[in-house]
Amino acid sequence: MTISNIVQTVNETLRTEMRRNGNVVLLGEDIGKDGGVFRATAGLLNEFGQERVIDTPIAEEGIIGMAIGMSMNGLEPVVEIQFLDFIYPGFNQIVSELAKLRYRSGGHFPAHVVIRAPSGGGIKGGLYHSQSTEAYFTHTPGLFVATPSTPRDTMGLMRTAMRGSDPVMFLEPKRIYRTVKEELPADEEFTIPFGKAKVLKEGTGVTLVSWGAIVHTCKAAVELASKENISVELIDMRTLMPFDLDTVLASVRKTGRVVIAHEATKISGFGGELSAQIAERAIDSLQAPIVRLGGIDAPFPYALEKTYLPSPERILRAIRKAAGY
Amino acid sequence: MLQVIRADGEFDPKVEPDLSHEDLLKMQRYMLTVRRFNEKGMSLQRQGRIGFFMESTGQEACQIGMSYTLTPIDWAFPSYRDPGTCLVRGVPLSALFDQMMGNSADESKGRQMPVHWGFSKWKIVSLSSPIAAKLPHAVGVAYAAKFRGEKSVALASLGEGATSQGEFHSAMNFAGVYKTPVVFFCENNQYAISLPTRRQTASESIAIKAEAYGFEGVQIDGNDILAVYKATKSAVDKARSGGGPTLIEAITYRMGGHSTSDDATVYRSPEEVELWKKRDPIARFTAYLIKKGVTSEQENKKLIEQIDAEMSAVIKEREQIPPPAASTLFTDVYAEMPWHLREEAEEFMREEGENGPKGEEYEKEPGSF
Repeated sequence: MTISNIVQTVNETLRTEMRRNGNVVLLGEDIGKDGGVFRATAGLLNEFGQERVIDTPIAEEGIIGMAIGMSMNGLEPVVEIQFLDFIYPGFNQIVSELAKLRYRSGGHFPAHVVIRAPSGGGIKGGLYHSQSTEAYFTHTPGLFVATPSTPRDTMGLMRTAMRGSDPVMFLEPKRIYRTVKEELPADEEFTIPFGKAKVLKEGTGVTLVSWGAIVHTCKAAVELASKENISVELIDMRTLMPFDLDTVLASVRKTGRVVIAHEATKISGFGGELSAQIAERAIDSLQAPIVRLGGIDAPFPYALEKTYLPSPERILRAIRKAAGY
Repeated sequence: MLQVIRADGEFDPKVEPDLSHEDLLKMQRYMLTVRRFNEKGMSLQRQGRIGFFMESTGQEACQIGMSYTLTPIDWAFPSYRDPGTCLVRGVPLSALFDQMMGNSADESKGRQMPVHWGFSKWKIVSLSSPIAAKLPHAVGVAYAAKFRGEKSVALASLGEGATSQGEFHSAMNFAGVYKTPVVFFCENNQYAISLPTRRQTASESIAIKAEAYGFEGVQIDGNDILAVYKATKSAVDKARSGGGPTLIEAITYRMGGHSTSDDATVYRSPEEVELWKKRDPIARFTAYLIKKGVTSEQENKKLIEQIDAEMSAVIKEREQIPPPAASTLFTDVYAEMPWHLREEAEEFMREEGENGPKGEEYEKEPGSF
């Protein structure tokens, strides 16, 4: 059994899926010889050739647009966008085309493209290598959005994305690409369905909901809270579209208190949607106002990135606020 | 600029394409059908029987001539000004009107505004309103065909306005880099809504842009159906045999406004419109056909009457078809409905029923612009 980190898992999952299905092709900038700037596609060009591992010109709208056409004509493209921050030239292709093709054609021209994009901050990347903008995509009907935080979840969710037939924004937690490691299931049929959150730690006092790299910061905050005798139930959403409201509501009904922590800026972040859903459906169970914690509502900074991102201590303060209300 | 038939119908037999009398008559029927389709579309919109329309009068030679070169295995990415592409590919008139009426027989379930077609059976890809967005798709479809060793070609139509979009550049660039079997057909109709071509680009032509991407660009008379056919046929054949992409610029003119919401008199002179009337593609082709003895004025008149009668009957018939059921608001967003959408659908259907909302206030809501 080998222990893999997240970026190795991406590589391994792409490799095994490409062996399994000859229609899978990869497109992206520097994904061939270079193996991608994070090496997620290292070695794949050698094994599958340049017809299937396609180095592209630097044009996100061209990459995503071409992938859409390929998918109409029987291929199953997986696109690598070098950084989520660089996806915006391709935004029209995602929002106007990819997300709407199935609907606008009455189901006759569905496009199945998986778009992988390293997301989130903490790598000294400044404004344009750091953002978490998942809410742009959860706000667009027709897209699924996955936000794994572990190697195992990355493998299971990526297989579901690739074997499904809907467009998926697969947002990879780049800060922890190499730091979170675990043993992967050997079974090639191992998958994780979308819309199933995972309770990482059971607790009774406060529900803490999160996704992506910051889940690991939340884990540290939960440890700190336990030293203060606050029992926190930690939930990793794993996918935001669809989202597993049942798991969240079951927990909130038990604890009566909830903190939602994400890296994305707070205003109109997905935490707002979750808060509204909880308020609409479980307000009678709430014993404290919902506490939302996000990145500061300002662009992502360079020098102060650690200060900008929610730290274990900031999350702990949010937990205390909910617990002590 | 390639031209086979002059404006007066005179032609050069040395450059005439190889088309039978039967083909020529079919082309004429399609052209006349599109002309009548445009008249009907405008009047249906003015009478409030459809919500919107975009005329393509004056551009019949482009639509018919380029599409006539395709075989059933090929893919077409027409624009909203290409009803002729749909007809040539075999789409029945009834399906075009179903689309425009947004009724329950429409393949796209009444979801798109008029002239935003998609007909999967005929490999006509559903189009969107943002221009140029489909161009990279045509490159991708062509890449997939080449990948599998198939001999199919993708033909994408665009207006000259689309050449300013980033997606035009990306599509041209990718097509050049991967040498995909794709043909870009630009109907340069002189205006993008109100903006004339000379304000759209400082390039001396649209065709010349192809050079920068490493493939051939050709300029043709877009009001001469035989020039359109000949140039497109040669580009399609080249793409099919592995020769890569071509950009064709067809010089034509949008005789009407941009859409039923537009008033073209604001930005162009009546003299200019009169000048282009004299270059009418149908009058020119008719003169050619008569000169060649393929048809006569009388036969042509009979054909027009026949088309008119058929179309009126089709419209009458298709207007009887009910609108799509309210439940189609929720389907085809995803392959399977996620829980939140299913919940919304169930609540909606419980409250509104299969026929959707009713009531005086609802009926008063303005429905078109």
